[in-house]
Amino acid sequence: MTGPDEPAALHATDLGFRYRARGTWALRECGFTVPRGRITALVGRNGAGKSTLLHLAGGLLRPAHGEIRVLGTAPDGAAARTRVALLTQDKPLYPRFTVADTLRMGGKLNAAWDRAVAERVVREGGIAPSVRVGELSPGRRTRVALALALGKRPELLLLDEPLADLDPVVRGEIMATLMAEAAEREVSIVLSSHVLPDLEQTCDWVTLLRAGRVELNEDADALREGHLLLTGHADEEPALREHTVVHRRVHGRQLTALVRPRGPVGGAFHVERPGLEEILLGHLQGAAGGAKGAAA
Amino acid sequence: MEGDVVEYRIDRQSGIPAYVQIVRQTEQALRMGVLRVGDRLPTAKEVVAATAINPNTVFRAYRDMEQAGLVRSRRGLGTFVTRSLARPGAEDDSPLRAGLAEWVARARSAGLERDDVLALVTAALDEHDTQHERHERHERHENDPGDRERNQEDA
Repeated sequence: MTGPDEPAALHATDLGFRYRARGTWALRECGFTVPRGRITALVGRNGAGKSTLLHLAGGLLRPAHGEIRVLGTAPDGAAARTRVALLTQDKPLYPRFTVADTLRMGGKLNAAWDRAVAERVVREGGIAPSVRVGELSPGRRTRVALALALGKRPELLLLDEPLADLDPVVRGEIMATLMAEAAEREVSIVLSSHVLPDLEQTCDWVTLLRAGRVELNEDADALREGHLLLTGHADEEPALREHTVVHRRVHGRQLTALVRPRGPVGGAFHVERPGLEEILLGHLQGAAGGAKGAAA
Repeated sequence: MEGDVVEYRIDRQSGIPAYVQIVRQTEQALRMGVLRVGDRLPTAKEVVAATAINPNTVFRAYRDMEQAGLVRSRRGLGTFVTRSLARPGAEDDSPLRAGLAEWVARARSAGLERDDVLALVTAALDEHDTQHERHERHERHENDPGDRERNQEDA
């Protein structure tokens, strides 16, 4: 629970999980809150724990340690089943069903089913209802899976790499459909993706995982305002000491650094405001020589 | 009622927040007379369906413009332009524009490329604005001598 206010979309307390076969912790000591009504980018390198986190939030896995709550309830409870939709990477659909059958099945499996929304999402992709799901292109299959998820009218929509394997045009179309849904009614969306440019203007909250731990969990604009990109002569390096250096790179005499400033920036630097993509990339790369911990 | 007057274009590479881009494009449309008082801005859903940006971005841009008195939202009807931004000094036949055209001609005959010209204008604008800001800060500091910053050294 998150206090007297509306429960958060996601709320994790000391959350940990490990896959028995691998033995190592996929997630460890994760404590964070994603507020409601946000469109959250869940980012991290391969193996950082993004899918594990979404599977835990979707009730498909149980935590080994701590807990995660979705909309204030347990992910595997009856309430969560109707209010939360999870679209996993494998997009489980029956290949021999037609698109129309698939939507009909969605109607049977969900007590609250919005047929109009599901059909619209399919229609916007120009998909004929009579086509078998197995014959669809990856982009169209994603769209049908998304139609199933949105037809549930979930309050929380969890999407694991919905944009993977899609061409830029289809990615734009899928995102536009999602954003239009979010414009129409309040839905919290958490989507994991490696396609950072697609997140720049769509997500207003960022949760960044790094080796199973939460490194960032913040409002996207606060992140943009809280970082600076500095370019200058390598001799200016000592001036960085006053700030938190997220990532730095020296090329010849030129020093480029992504920093979280702690006060006015001294030294002769060219100062720029980085975009979200640069900030996320900087955090994913980390400080040179893995000295992140010392810098932070 | 006109609702199809502007179409926003979001540049994802620019590093400029999308809500700022929407505000700027609206202001520009107002300056150029593309948007007029009484016009309806596209709905948030229309904007996001066309641009795939976060709806909150559109709400924020519209809210900012409403606070600036440029538009007004009417429940259930949409967001409408309430004020024009056409500035007397920015018209095609204004003296400022003529002076600038003359200056551009000189810059070009001096061999400056388009980017050189833009860089020069930006630098002059930056310089002007920084001096202006510094001046203001200086005045503030005189009122509050205990709060000196090292900013003056930076230059």
